[in-house]
Amino acid sequence: MLLIPCPWCGPRPENEFHYGGEAGIVRPVDPAAVDDAAWAAYLYHRTNPKGLHRERWRHQFGCGRFFNATRDTVTDQITGTAKP
Amino acid sequence: MTQPFRLDDGGRIDRAAVVHFRFDGRAYTGHPGDTLASALLANGVHLVGRSFKYHRPRGVLSAGSEEPNALVTVDRGGGRIAPNLRATQVELYDGLNATSQNRFPSLRWDFGAAAGWFGPLLSAGFYYKTFLWPPSFWALFYEPAIRAAAGLGRAPVVADPDCYTQQYTHCEVLIVGAGPAGIAAALAAASTGARVMICDEQTELGGSLLSETTATIDGKPAATWLAESLDSLRGRVTLLPRTTAFGWYPDNMIGLVERLTDHLPTPEADQPRERLWLVRARQVILATGAIERPLVFPNNDRPGTLLADAARSYATRWAVAPGRAVAIATNDDSAYRAAIDLQRAKVEIVAILDQRRRPGPIADIARAAGLIVRAGARVEGSVGRKRIAALRVANGQGTIDCDALLMSGGWTPTVHLFSQSRGKLRFDPVLGVYLPDVSPARVRCAGACSGVFDLTGCLDSGYAAGEASVPRTFVLDGVAALGASLPPEAAPAHPLAFVDFQNDVTTNDLSVAAQEGFGAIEHLKRYTTTGMATDQGKTSNLNALATVAGLTGRALPEVGLTTFRPPYTPVTFGTLAGPARGALFEPIRHAPMHDWAVAQGAVFEDVGTWKRARYFPQPGETMREAVSRECLAVRNACGILDASTLGKIEVVGPDAAAFLDRIYAVNVGSLPVGRCRYGLLLGEDGFVRDDGVIARLAADRFHVTTTTGGAAWVLHHLEDYLQTEFPELRVWLTSTTEHWATIALQGPHSRSILEALTDDANLREMPHMSVCEARVAGIPARIFRVSFTGEAGFEIAVPAGQARLVWDALIATGTPTPYGTEAMHVLRAEKGFFIVGQETDGTVIPDDLGFGRVGRGKRDFVGKRSLQRPDMLRPDRRQLVGLLTEDPADVPEEGAQVVLDGVGIGHVTSAYFSATLGRSIALALLAGGRARIGEGASIPAKDGSVAVRIVAPVFHDPDGQRLDSHITRLARRPAVLPDPAPRATTRLIVRAPASALGAIGLALGVLLGTVANRAVRARERAALWLGPDEWLVMGDFQLDERVIGLAHGASLVDVSDRFETIELADADAAWRLNGFCALDLAPHTFPVGMCTRTLFGKAEIVLWRTGMTVFRIEVGRSFAGYVRACLAGADRGFGQDTGGN
Repeated sequence: MLLIPCPWCGPRPENEFHYGGEAGIVRPVDPAAVDDAAWAAYLYHRTNPKGLHRERWRHQFGCGRFFNATRDTVTDQITGTAKP
Repeated sequence: MTQPFRLDDGGRIDRAAVVHFRFDGRAYTGHPGDTLASALLANGVHLVGRSFKYHRPRGVLSAGSEEPNALVTVDRGGGRIAPNLRATQVELYDGLNATSQNRFPSLRWDFGAAAGWFGPLLSAGFYYKTFLWPPSFWALFYEPAIRAAAGLGRAPVVADPDCYTQQYTHCEVLIVGAGPAGIAAALAAASTGARVMICDEQTELGGSLLSETTATIDGKPAATWLAESLDSLRGRVTLLPRTTAFGWYPDNMIGLVERLTDHLPTPEADQPRERLWLVRARQVILATGAIERPLVFPNNDRPGTLLADAARSYATRWAVAPGRAVAIATNDDSAYRAAIDLQRAKVEIVAILDQRRRPGPIADIARAAGLIVRAGARVEGSVGRKRIAALRVANGQGTIDCDALLMSGGWTPTVHLFSQSRGKLRFDPVLGVYLPDVSPARVRCAGACSGVFDLTGCLDSGYAAGEASVPRTFVLDGVAALGASLPPEAAPAHPLAFVDFQNDVTTNDLSVAAQEGFGAIEHLKRYTTTGMATDQGKTSNLNALATVAGLTGRALPEVGLTTFRPPYTPVTFGTLAGPARGALFEPIRHAPMHDWAVAQGAVFEDVGTWKRARYFPQPGETMREAVSRECLAVRNACGILDASTLGKIEVVGPDAAAFLDRIYAVNVGSLPVGRCRYGLLLGEDGFVRDDGVIARLAADRFHVTTTTGGAAWVLHHLEDYLQTEFPELRVWLTSTTEHWATIALQGPHSRSILEALTDDANLREMPHMSVCEARVAGIPARIFRVSFTGEAGFEIAVPAGQARLVWDALIATGTPTPYGTEAMHVLRAEKGFFIVGQETDGTVIPDDLGFGRVGRGKRDFVGKRSLQRPDMLRPDRRQLVGLLTEDPADVPEEGAQVVLDGVGIGHVTSAYFSATLGRSIALALLAGGRARIGEGASIPAKDGSVAVRIVAPVFHDPDGQRLDSHITRLARRPAVLPDPAPRATTRLIVRAPASALGAIGLALGVLLGTVANRAVRARERAALWLGPDEWLVMGDFQLDERVIGLAHGASLVDVSDRFETIELADADAAWRLNGFCALDLAPHTFPVGMCTRTLFGKAEIVLWRTGMTVFRIEVGRSFAGYVRACLAGADRGFGQDTGGN
């Protein structure tokens, strides 16, 4: 079980957290103005890297906040977290 | 004579007591302190099992968990059967009943041994090659026959009657292995005052010190030093004998399994059998030792053939002679130590054959003691049937008669856990073994597992790993210096030279596989099965690597290494499941009127983790009769339903309407105060995820309902958008699912009945889809004029703690008929109302359900853009329609395919018998369904296909006239309305921006602290920090939270009835909580005053430490039963006794 450093609560066991997918996927301000390809990319296209991955976690069974973490997908090590 | 091979003196057994046990039905005796293996050897029993594939007779090879041969089944009666236990680890107790495995009809006369005659035919991958034709025979004949012939113990056929427990714990230092290195590490680490735990898989802590008879440490015999060291650790260090560290998990979480009762003659009735420890250790010290390797030569598996150091332990620790005439074969100095100790124990050593031409100085010590040492001599084979009788020396150097052969091929460091920690191994060319190198985890290795084999080195490296503040050295005497062993070498191919004993893999098999091109070790392992099965090749892996290296002309490290995976030794499923079985498998949530429904004889169904009343059969009624009666009561009079499981979220703040406008596919901004609107909730991909009613209580306050199953997810989804996409909106969310009970009162009489119980609401002025706040039976309530049945009706939300009063008062009017979820389903299907998860499956958009107008407006909301994607506009999307069977009595199966012209066009999503219509009805999702209305189709069924007609999905009252069809009927007003008890505690969830905290704190009389996870108390009031903008405030309030919230632009929501309080106040409180809670609850990491939301098993709780030994749990009321049951389980004889030995 990972020990995930919540920016508010400190390190907590993984079962208190909910994974939120890749970070930095910004919802278009005016979705109606976005073409189909760009919208599909927003919905479905993710980088899925081998190595460092910026991703969202929510401390669901804790402070309830979403935050961003950088995790190495090879070693599962979380190298840093930040308040949004 | 009993125990003919028991030595006259010595050993750590209790000779004064005799233990009776049975093996394969025969009675034997042993002593307390024996293992099953040592007791069998004391009785001269070497034949203890049959091998996996060839059914070869096998004997005890080792004295530890690496044992590949001596696997037994222990039957304790009453279904307590454990197969594949290593006899070397089974502790002897009076009445032990063990049987051998993989033989028929008996161990001595085994039909399966015929397989041995065909040994040459059964080489590597034989079953892939031999049983190819005809293909159909594989599943029918070959595989069952092979599986029957080859095997280990049989899995028990009844459910495991034992109970198991688990414990989360934290420490600064966890030491794995309590041999000399581990004990020294514990002495060092304990001196720092840190929390230290040390575990060892053996009965006694001490490891190799338990077999040491000559060495002295600091002037004391090793056994005395060990006892004194353990005494000094007791009380300061958690000592865990009989505890195997089986797996390394991320961030230094180590899984331990502690065997609590397997060694007891009669465990107490509900004493847990094993405890799973989940240890989060800041630092792990591995002192896991090393495992001796067998030598590989033809017929190296005859009973009577043991590892040399195992035989030494049997003699010195258990006072058992391995034989009367013992031969030793070695390439390693440590076998001499065994020879000398055995000779001291008056066991005859007939010869020592050392493969090395120039053995180390220890050979001279052996010669001086009168032992015969033949340098440069190797064993070529053995003679005998069910026990070794002689060995043949290579190069025609004759045979040597013996009844036991002790072999030593050197030592393999136990690096399993280190490797599991993602530690890299390095090959040591001198020792010829893999050693720990670097690991990203906080782990240190000491002693033999790090390649340090001598006792002095073990003690010193262990003490260094323990990082004491004061250095220390150990003074040793009586220890023979050991030279390095030969690296493992390739053995020539021979069909009876066994590398892997448990899987019957020979050098011949490895040779065949190598010739067939299986060069990669991971492939070779799977093709030959070497290193597989329950022992995972502990004794065989390095010999296999060396042999493959020789066969393929490579150096050993070039061959590579297979992956070490948990568990180190097999772990029973019961331990991994722990207490999460039966009633504790997951929370069973009961709605507020559950007890009433039980008393009425309701039949329940599972809805998520809820138990909901499905229908209320009267005596003699079938389910259809009961449901029909309930449906007709709603249509013609009035029905009453406990709808409390619906999710509820209070959405509060100046921007609440704007937020809901962006989230729900319905216009909320234009909703007047006091009115409700039905809304679909879409994912950003446009698919329907949930639905509910949005009720506007005030300009800045909404009561939003969700589906029962979607409640948690919807709140998460809303928080996601609020926190990450629309953080500029001033709006806050609070779950009120558990605070409000919801009573649905549906049918033409509903208004009259409700009027009898409420004086301050004008129900006649309430239009369909409106809301008001009023008292019902004297209880403050929210009355919603909504309908999920198509009839005029109300849903009444009342605080859950007082819901029974209101329910009972409504029942006491004498007219409403209780109905269950089944009638609810039928009634809504008659109206064509869909249910999320039944009519939708994550691929359904609003238009598919007939909500085509959704998304046509200008306003953007989550999921809207996706509705314009080309795929969403296809005319052949599956659309919701109704189906009527030709035969009105036929009720199609839900999920059945609907076929038109031989092509599937969709499936039935719901189907019921409708009493209202006197016939069956069904809903279906059909491709281009709306355009097919009026057409026919068919549903294939077991006995012919059922003809159906496609119709519009609304079967009853399509114009919705019944929504306003009230029948005034005088309802009985109960003579005495209940008197609500005053609330003991008021609980508020406060969600507020930092700027408002001071003012709100003043108004509440308790400060809203900004230190994370800390509670602030002020007399009887307390404010618990739950999140950076969220507090749980508890106390004796009598205030209007809305006024305060409005004044300060914040959200205050009364959730008094959402929680129940459970207080734990005893010295064991933290221990009991850690049975289910993974947090570190030590006073310095979770001090008095700390509070947090967390998980307790599978329930969300708020945990608050109010005293050194006092914890307060606030838990959702429907989870309270689960939490109490878990705590009761933690109470049941699971005492905290970790004093060791």
